[in-house]
Amino acid sequence: MIRLASLFVLLTLPAVAQDHILIQSTTSTQNSGLYDHLLPVFEAETGIETRVVAVGTGQAIRNATNCDGDVLLVHAHAAEDAFVAAGYGLPRRDVMYNDFILIGPDVILADSPADALTLLARAQGPFLSRGDDSGTHRRETELWRAAGIDPTTSSGTWYRETGSGMGATLNITAAMDAYTLTDRATWLTFANSADLIIAYEGHADLNNQYGVIAVSPDHCPSVNATGARIFVDWITGPQGQATIAAYRMNGAPLFTPNATE
Amino acid sequence: MQDFTTAFFAAFDLVLTLDPDLMQIVGLSLLVSGAAVALSCLIGFPLGAALGAGRFPGRLPLLVLVNAAMGLPPVVVGLTLYLLLSRAGPLGPLGLLYTPAAMILAQAVLVTPIVAALTAQIVADLSEEYRDLFATMGMSRTAQAATLMWDGRFALTTAVLAGAGRALAEVGAVIIVGGNIDHVTRVMTTAIALETSRGALELALGLGLILLALSLGINAALMGMRATARRLADG
Repeated sequence: MIRLASLFVLLTLPAVAQDHILIQSTTSTQNSGLYDHLLPVFEAETGIETRVVAVGTGQAIRNATNCDGDVLLVHAHAAEDAFVAAGYGLPRRDVMYNDFILIGPDVILADSPADALTLLARAQGPFLSRGDDSGTHRRETELWRAAGIDPTTSSGTWYRETGSGMGATLNITAAMDAYTLTDRATWLTFANSADLIIAYEGHADLNNQYGVIAVSPDHCPSVNATGARIFVDWITGPQGQATIAAYRMNGAPLFTPNATE
Repeated sequence: MQDFTTAFFAAFDLVLTLDPDLMQIVGLSLLVSGAAVALSCLIGFPLGAALGAGRFPGRLPLLVLVNAAMGLPPVVVGLTLYLLLSRAGPLGPLGLLYTPAAMILAQAVLVTPIVAALTAQIVADLSEEYRDLFATMGMSRTAQAATLMWDGRFALTTAVLAGAGRALAEVGAVIIVGGNIDHVTRVMTTAIALETSRGALELALGLGLILLALSLGINAALMGMRATARRLADG
């Protein structure tokens, strides 16, 4: 009887869907544990329940375009601007940043990420690419372009596309003793790092900016527009920004808040 | 071997401390898969009985179709249901995406062909045995099917167990239509996928061991029930 009753409750969940917001976001923010730290504070302050679907940035944007989410929190600036320009979202706001890093078995001495990739290509990697149209994959593609190299012509040899999330790709990188591009937050919280180290870091081209967008109620009448607006205001406001700054791993901050009014 | 030992300890620790998150995930797994199997039996038993004992045009092609559907890739089922249930899809207004109801639906699509195909096989085999008996009794087709189902009830538990195994073990469909949302749509298999992507391989394997133990428990319970019922029936 209890089972039947709880089934009934579960089945009627969508009918009471207005007291929560659905956030379409990236695997990097979820895997880093940021949401476990951030969202309980938001929920306690506002009473709004949050639900996070963590997928690649490409898929998150696609889902939000289909109105399957109230808020988009991703890291692919150009694609976010295009999402807003197409009328799918309200104006985009900066939230926070960290940086991308190259991970591998050895340090690469180079002047820029493009240089580092050129050296890797010459040494035939092996390099593992996400290959999944995620924010990290998009940045990797830009860096290869800056290096004037098209690695996809070597796909399947020293350049391997996993087509998987960041964590799965890091697991493969560890097993193959290869190189890959990842974000610092995912790396610092990743438990299976094996013998890998940071091979290259610290360059302006590796900046990793996260943005937040409320899905437009004009495009998607079904969205929880009020909840989305409260969330965007909160995470870009003093409380949200301070909560992001307070999230640290072994004393090191994982994200730096940088919302502007 | 280090990893496996740690995994065992992780599993024991979670179970012994009755970790509330784990209890919720296990509960949702059982609820979603249980409801999916129940729904599948509701459709699969009559469909299988008709396919096994019935004689109607199109029966053979339908039987081939149902048998082939046993191998439906979960990720394709998940994607198809996502497109249907998405707000932009034809069933969008129902608001079912990212709810347990969507996960039940997805698993029912995967399990129904298994229940139906195995039921058809069991009923068809029995109907061979009973042919002469039915001929002398002049029973209607429907009454014959009902008799076959009842007499095949012990064998039918295998169909239910096969379906339950598929439902509890699949991850491809529920992770797409459920979204693996913490405290809402996270089940055992999606939690294992998440911990793997976090690089917490021991915890992921520990959860896998708990899932295996659950599956073992369910099978043992049903087999035990079957043995007891058969003893009573043979009296």
